[in-house]
Amino acid sequence: MKLIIAIIQPHRLEAVKQALTDVEVFRLTVSDVQGYGRQKGHTEYFRGQAMQVNLIRKVRLEIAVNENFVQPTVDAIVKAARSGPGGKGQIGDGKMFILPLDNVIRVSDGTAGSDAI
Amino acid sequence: MESLIRQNALSCGATEPSRFFGKGSLEELLMGFSKLTKLARASTIRWMFGLAAVVLVMTMAGQLFAQTAPASAAATAAVATTAPAATTTAPAPVTGAWAQQTYDTGSTAWMLAATALVMVMMPGLALYYGGIVRKKNFLATMMTSYSALGVIIVQWFLFGYMLSFGTSTNPMVQKFIGWDPSRLMMLGLDPINAITGVAGAPGGGQFPVPETIFNMFQAMFAVITPALIAGSIAERMKYGAWCLFILLWGTLVYDPLAHFIWGNGWLAQLGAVDFAGGTVVHISSGVSGLVAAIMIGKRKGFPNVIQPNSLFNTLTGAGLLWFGWYGFNAGSANAANGLACAAFLNTTVATAMAGLAWNFAEWMHHRRATSLGMASGFVAGLVAITPACGYVALWSSPIIGLAAGIVCYWGAQIKTIFGYDDALDAFGVHAIGGFLGAVLTGVFASTALSYGLAGPTNAAGVPQGVAGWIDGNFHQVLLQILAASDAVVYAGVVTAIIIFVMRLFMEIRVSEQVEIEGLDLGIHGEVGLDTNTFPEQSVAMPFGGS
Repeated sequence: MKLIIAIIQPHRLEAVKQALTDVEVFRLTVSDVQGYGRQKGHTEYFRGQAMQVNLIRKVRLEIAVNENFVQPTVDAIVKAARSGPGGKGQIGDGKMFILPLDNVIRVSDGTAGSDAI
Repeated sequence: MESLIRQNALSCGATEPSRFFGKGSLEELLMGFSKLTKLARASTIRWMFGLAAVVLVMTMAGQLFAQTAPASAAATAAVATTAPAATTTAPAPVTGAWAQQTYDTGSTAWMLAATALVMVMMPGLALYYGGIVRKKNFLATMMTSYSALGVIIVQWFLFGYMLSFGTSTNPMVQKFIGWDPSRLMMLGLDPINAITGVAGAPGGGQFPVPETIFNMFQAMFAVITPALIAGSIAERMKYGAWCLFILLWGTLVYDPLAHFIWGNGWLAQLGAVDFAGGTVVHISSGVSGLVAAIMIGKRKGFPNVIQPNSLFNTLTGAGLLWFGWYGFNAGSANAANGLACAAFLNTTVATAMAGLAWNFAEWMHHRRATSLGMASGFVAGLVAITPACGYVALWSSPIIGLAAGIVCYWGAQIKTIFGYDDALDAFGVHAIGGFLGAVLTGVFASTALSYGLAGPTNAAGVPQGVAGWIDGNFHQVLLQILAASDAVVYAGVVTAIIIFVMRLFMEIRVSEQVEIEGLDLGIHGEVGLDTNTFPEQSVAMPFGGS
């Protein structure tokens, strides 16, 4: 079992959800996050004073998957999360982290292990 | 809480007793002078000089016209009062402004208040529209209303008032547009006496108020009309293109239409009536909105874009609109009299009924009565009663409200059938509600309200009031349909031409990138509602940086 954490552009969320559904990954946790990387913030203006805002809004996905689903999930996200002309991808499209997962427990009936995913 | 702590920290720092100036601030102040000289060489400053030159030219033109205009105004006055002028041997002694006043102080006080009330409709509309769009476009949507205040008031001052309410000397030109240099840049306005001679509107053009406040009252109408169009093209138009569009639209659509009906143009001469602007304001803006929405195209992701950021704002805005609408409707009597009070009553009852009717219609449709539905119903009722409120029998106002609530609810549904993106239903509510109101005015008009103020005159020269179908005058219904249809065709065609021509020279829709990240940040460089949870991560740039 693996835990996939993906940081993506907020406006690609809909496409990524669709791509995950296509590879039969139906479970997903989404949160609103801020951060920075190679894409440097944006500028806001307040009565002629320019302000550099360094933190950029992103969406963070957490998906727990069984081993045979890892590669399809990663491929789906990489393909769907790319923005820019022709979907070629650009700076700011995000990152993915894949972590080993010790156990999964479903709260409602106590099922544990890969069945609970 | 966090900001409170920061504020405390700041005030503690400022109370350090060591120096009169804060640390290093005197040196910084002196350095500012050297920065100023650098700024003077920057390219942006040339624009400032350009603007100053425009102001200078306008001042000089004003001086030039001011010397010629009163002479021509005096000449027309002499023509109008030929007989008395011939017999008068010496002018009456003038003992200052108070001696010459011909206005009614009560009416003037009411019109001052009514004008300010109509102005409140602009922030009302900004909140009403701003609350329905997605939060990334909140400020940009509010700006469509506020920019109209800026652009149209200046346009009105320069030539808008003249085009709408000026009286052309050529009767053929007068049918279609006002061309009267004495009203250019307000040069020939009499700042003291009451108006005479703006015919077509209720009161027969003999308003007991100075022309200055009549002028400003009408200016607010000219502002709100293009601002309503923003509802159709919300969330996708460039700001500069919008400002240019409303300037052109105000000049080529609103001013002529206002002249047709209120400036004693050809529709007024036929006998069509529009008390407070159902045809001029609501049909014209709603139809133009539809044309603009179709030509500019749907929002990206349509129809999955209906995510109101705050219906709280929308409901507050609807309340402000209703409040301001009393100035709009009751103020259109141009006097503090019984007609204004009748218009007030009709406005209130029809609006209340329309809110209930919309709620009822959506309850029938989806078994839900929504808050946005009630607010929209109020606006629909206000729109429909606008042309009618000073003409229709008092008992008919709830009927007009009921019809408006139900018809406009279905008017807002047809966009899903045809698939055009009338984002905030400017067409569905304003054009359809306006058309309904115009027709029902012809049905329910009663001479009881407008006797002595409008309609055909008898042998003694007393206007006999406007009779509707209920008084046996079915002809009035046909006249109303003619006037409303004229507004539909005229506004639709001219809007299409304006957008077509603008497109030849510029891009009027925002780029896909800006539409994704939101117009607030993409166009205006500000964030309205997406509050920054880590404010200390923002860094001020050096002066002039971007």
